[in-house]
Amino acid sequence: MTMPYYASAEQVMRDRSEYARKGISRGRSVAVLTYADGVLLIAENPSSTLHKIGEIYDRIGFAAVGRYSEFESLRVAGVRLADVRGYSYNRRDVTGRVIANAYAQTLGAIFTEQMKPYEVELCVAEVGETPEQDQLYRLTFDGSVVDEPDFVVMGGQAESVTSHLRENFHAGMGLADALKVGVDALSAVSPATSGAGNGGPGRLDAQQLEVAVLDRRRPKRAFRRIVGAALHTLLGDGETGPAPSPAHTHTPSHPAPGTPAGLGDPAAPDTAGGAAHTGEAHPQTGDDPGD
Amino acid sequence: MNESSAGRSGFPPAYLDRVGSSFTDFLSTAAPDLLPGRRPAPQLPVGDIAPHGTTIVAVTYDGGVLMGGDRRATMGNLISSRDIEKVYPADSYSVIGIAGAAGIAIEMVKLYQVELEHYEKIEGLTMSLDGKANRLAQMIRGNLGAALQGLAVVPLFAGFDLDAASDTAPGRIFSYDVTGGNYEERGYAAVGSGSLFAKNSLKKTWRYGLPADEATRTVVEALYDAADDDSATGGPDPVRRLYPIVYRVDAEGAVRLTDAEVAAVADQIVTERAAADRQNTERGA
Repeated sequence: MTMPYYASAEQVMRDRSEYARKGISRGRSVAVLTYADGVLLIAENPSSTLHKIGEIYDRIGFAAVGRYSEFESLRVAGVRLADVRGYSYNRRDVTGRVIANAYAQTLGAIFTEQMKPYEVELCVAEVGETPEQDQLYRLTFDGSVVDEPDFVVMGGQAESVTSHLRENFHAGMGLADALKVGVDALSAVSPATSGAGNGGPGRLDAQQLEVAVLDRRRPKRAFRRIVGAALHTLLGDGETGPAPSPAHTHTPSHPAPGTPAGLGDPAAPDTAGGAAHTGEAHPQTGDDPGD
Repeated sequence: MNESSAGRSGFPPAYLDRVGSSFTDFLSTAAPDLLPGRRPAPQLPVGDIAPHGTTIVAVTYDGGVLMGGDRRATMGNLISSRDIEKVYPADSYSVIGIAGAAGIAIEMVKLYQVELEHYEKIEGLTMSLDGKANRLAQMIRGNLGAALQGLAVVPLFAGFDLDAASDTAPGRIFSYDVTGGNYEERGYAAVGSGSLFAKNSLKKTWRYGLPADEATRTVVEALYDAADDDSATGGPDPVRRLYPIVYRVDAEGAVRLTDAEVAAVADQIVTERAAADRQNTERGA
């Protein structure tokens, strides 16, 4: 391809940054917060199938804003890298840093080498044994990677959400409190609740949210989506009435047959992914097996 | 544009460009040397120098399916391991037991576990039980060359079918042959050198719709009978506190029965058999 006229490198980079920023700022925001038992990932996302939040590996989660096709291919690449590494080394050798580095290199290369940069911003979250070991990496479209404490906000109105969180966030909150703080911060800037001042809906409801946790207490795969009744309960809107109207086009489903073990109640244990020894006796066999 | 990305230290092109949700298929382009089926098959039979696992049994019961395996691995005429584990959870709702060349089999189980988890993460859904059974058949098929040199791997696969119609049994069992043939079994199945004796035992003890505790007993008893007549199958070992490994898969997922639970069942069988034998001896005397 021939360049019709000269443009300085500086100018080219500035144009690309502006292009990427514009693309990202059109999207709804995502917040990733640490809480007492792990990391909470909240996205304003009316779709229950096109996810902005995903599982990368046992202790590693992923959240993204921007162009779906681009961050989805990055998410899949991250899952592949984690699985290949875990398979050829050991599950413990897959760390958030490795994944974040690969994203940074890839995004950086795409930003400098290709005409169109990726219009995405990512967060790679890793939950540790203790709250001090939790890691949140924020990755931007140009491949910069920042290790952030406490919380990461990405997307359209990231700055206002961040300032809202700065006021209300405390380290070591419980899950329900952290969710409340996160959802309030997202609701404050969301176009879906823009009527908040004039009597419109003040807060994003369960249909407009995608919520997942990386729970450090879970034995193997820490990632678990919070959907349906569990989300309603956590949001504390049980008193506003029973189940959501089935006519709604994006009703987040209850964990249906065929959905992965990660769905549903965050307190429920599972044995997903081949834990060899974590299985505990089932209450059903508590009675004398010799009868 | 993508050629330029091959040398950088981020994701190699296959990670970003390839479409598909199978881990095995992805490895075949990204790192084919990691796949068990891709290595050249040995030129000479090597069956006698590789440890072999032996008997696995699976039965359905009223709430799902149970799978058990003994703890012995043999190498020719020697016992190479007394405490090998040959039954593994494949994912939350299925289990896999292996008979045959232990090294290849365990590698295959590891790959299979990642395969199912990988699909689950990429698709956001678990594979159907038939899909899981079929993926395993494809893996066995890739091992045919090695199987002909004495390194056969023959698994038994069982799971709880979340999509099962309400009037059918949710617990399902699939058996395989060395060529990758995949057969759904009715009620119960066994593989490995002691499978003949284990099946004969199950034929008498198992029946449709047993409750969990009685079905557990049929599994442990079948393994006991297999160990009775097959030198490559290990019986319960009270000296070392080694008992068969038994997994149960029901609507709530796959769990391993504790050693204490299995030990209680095994001890009871041993006691009953001893009493019956004593009676026979007394009558004969």
